[in-house]
Amino acid sequence: MSVLTEKVMTRDWGKPDQPTLAGYKQRGGYQQLRRVLDTLQPSQITDEVKKSNLRGRGGAGFPTGLKWSFVPSLEKNTRPRYLAINADESEPGTAKDRFILEFDPHLLLEGIAIACYALGAHTCYVYARGEFKHPSAVLDRAIAEAYADGIFGKKLMGKDFELNVYQVRGAGAYICGEETALLESLEGKKGWPRLKPPFPAVVGLFGCPTVVNNVETIAALPRIFEKGADWFAKLGAAKSGGTRLVTLSGSVNRPGTYEVAMDTSLRELIYDKAYGQGLPEGRSVKAVIPGGSSAPVLTADEIDVKLEFDAFKPLQSMAGSGGIIVMDDQTCVVRSLWRVARFYAEESCGQCTPCREGQPWMTRIIRKIEEGRGEAADLDTLMNVAQAIAPWPPIGLGNTICALGDAGALPVQSFVQKFRKDFEEHITRQGCPYGERPWGAFGEFQ
Amino acid sequence: MSDPLFTSAEQKRFDEQIAELLTHYPQDRKSAAMLPALRVLQTLKGWLPPEGMKLVAERLETTVPHCYEVATFYVMFHTEKPGKYVIDVCTNLSCALRGAEGLLKYMEQKLGQTAGTRTEKYFLRETECLASCGTAPCFQVNEDHHENLTREKVDRILEKLT
Repeated sequence: MSVLTEKVMTRDWGKPDQPTLAGYKQRGGYQQLRRVLDTLQPSQITDEVKKSNLRGRGGAGFPTGLKWSFVPSLEKNTRPRYLAINADESEPGTAKDRFILEFDPHLLLEGIAIACYALGAHTCYVYARGEFKHPSAVLDRAIAEAYADGIFGKKLMGKDFELNVYQVRGAGAYICGEETALLESLEGKKGWPRLKPPFPAVVGLFGCPTVVNNVETIAALPRIFEKGADWFAKLGAAKSGGTRLVTLSGSVNRPGTYEVAMDTSLRELIYDKAYGQGLPEGRSVKAVIPGGSSAPVLTADEIDVKLEFDAFKPLQSMAGSGGIIVMDDQTCVVRSLWRVARFYAEESCGQCTPCREGQPWMTRIIRKIEEGRGEAADLDTLMNVAQAIAPWPPIGLGNTICALGDAGALPVQSFVQKFRKDFEEHITRQGCPYGERPWGAFGEFQ
Repeated sequence: MSDPLFTSAEQKRFDEQIAELLTHYPQDRKSAAMLPALRVLQTLKGWLPPEGMKLVAERLETTVPHCYEVATFYVMFHTEKPGKYVIDVCTNLSCALRGAEGLLKYMEQKLGQTAGTRTEKYFLRETECLASCGTAPCFQVNEDHHENLTREKVDRILEKLT
């Protein structure tokens, strides 16, 4: 069993004064920033982050130190550089970053200061999704405290390095979690993703070198410098350093957001008493989405996979943003897929034809099958449309500017491939076998 | 004559907040403040009235069409009066597995209107994942978040909306 013995990211969650500067400092807060400023050169910070095997927690799992190293040197590019924090947590199934903002906002702010110093960035924008009214209010208070205390401002903790941190709230667009759409939105525009290359590290916000990192990623920095990059790397598994925050939802007895070890398996997460505590008596797992709704679905016999980033590759799925959604044996997978497909249809930004037209088309076909109007040819059409948006496997071959195309196609492809019988049954019966109760053990509104 | 857009107190708040926002961006990038500026206007007026959009465009040194292009792209901006209470019910997968379809039906019955429609009092709509997946089902009332919803809890919340 791999149950986490020591909490790392969540160790101070729920302590009433933790969101305040006083509470945070009382537990050693901002001491790592102090030490980093006093003893390390910016390049040494990046080296430590590389050594720690810290990887992006927003979905892609890209090595953070490597991402930073793509920013050109000041000799080569004299323009200002920016750090943008992605707090646009919107991938269905994912609810972790909001808790960092709510429970430990200064942990993020200390991480931001360390990262900005390493990158030579004097301005950081935290882009939080518009629906985060409360988490954003907590973060705003924390930012104001950090300015008042002389941490941020003209001199970062007294050091001759100016740092300004601003929070910007989005306004309800999933696409703005895509890093280039986020930059467009920060520039005051609609969130239309940009063609890459050039990558944001070279041409990002206002045409300047910009690093975009997820909240959880940056909040890990104070821990890395507290206990050392080697400790952080060892705490993880394979090439994924640290622990992970995951959100367990759906047909389990104890849904919630948990901190887990990288070598915890999906099965352990679902059944262990420290986490999901299994399914109700008589129910079994039918399907699990392992990394937010865009991650290809897994069947009940694929859940021994570890939660470490690279472990999902052989299954042609991904660890993604840590949103794990469990469907039990009395859940209708067709209706489940319809809910997911509808999301990507709604959230497609409209820029690329395959995604703009394809996602609503797929949604209509799935709905037609669910409602008992399906025809034999529908499944092939569905798969053809999905393949035209983004061929799978492997992940990442999308025909669109950004990965939202892939994100909507992958669930369709994986659900139809792995649960084809369910779709065929809907078509032959001309209706949903689950009738009025398609949502499994906890699907009735109480 | 039409009523002025702002009372003098509102005008003061608008001016101060926009001026503060503009300090967050490079001087030649005033229009970058678009999302926060629209939020300032909407917080003051409850929606984005055309005269307000003109004012935002002026302050941000951009065009009115740019303001509308942005405002209509993001679902939380209201270019029409939304009703006194905007109720966003999540019906995505994690919530659906915890009763969200039943929650939406219950809301439709209670309010006597279907999702997607607006009255003077309510704008009821289905929304996408609100990051309450482990605490589902959920909705937001004027951006205030409510989770682990039950009939009893919903009744209590609605009672307070007068």
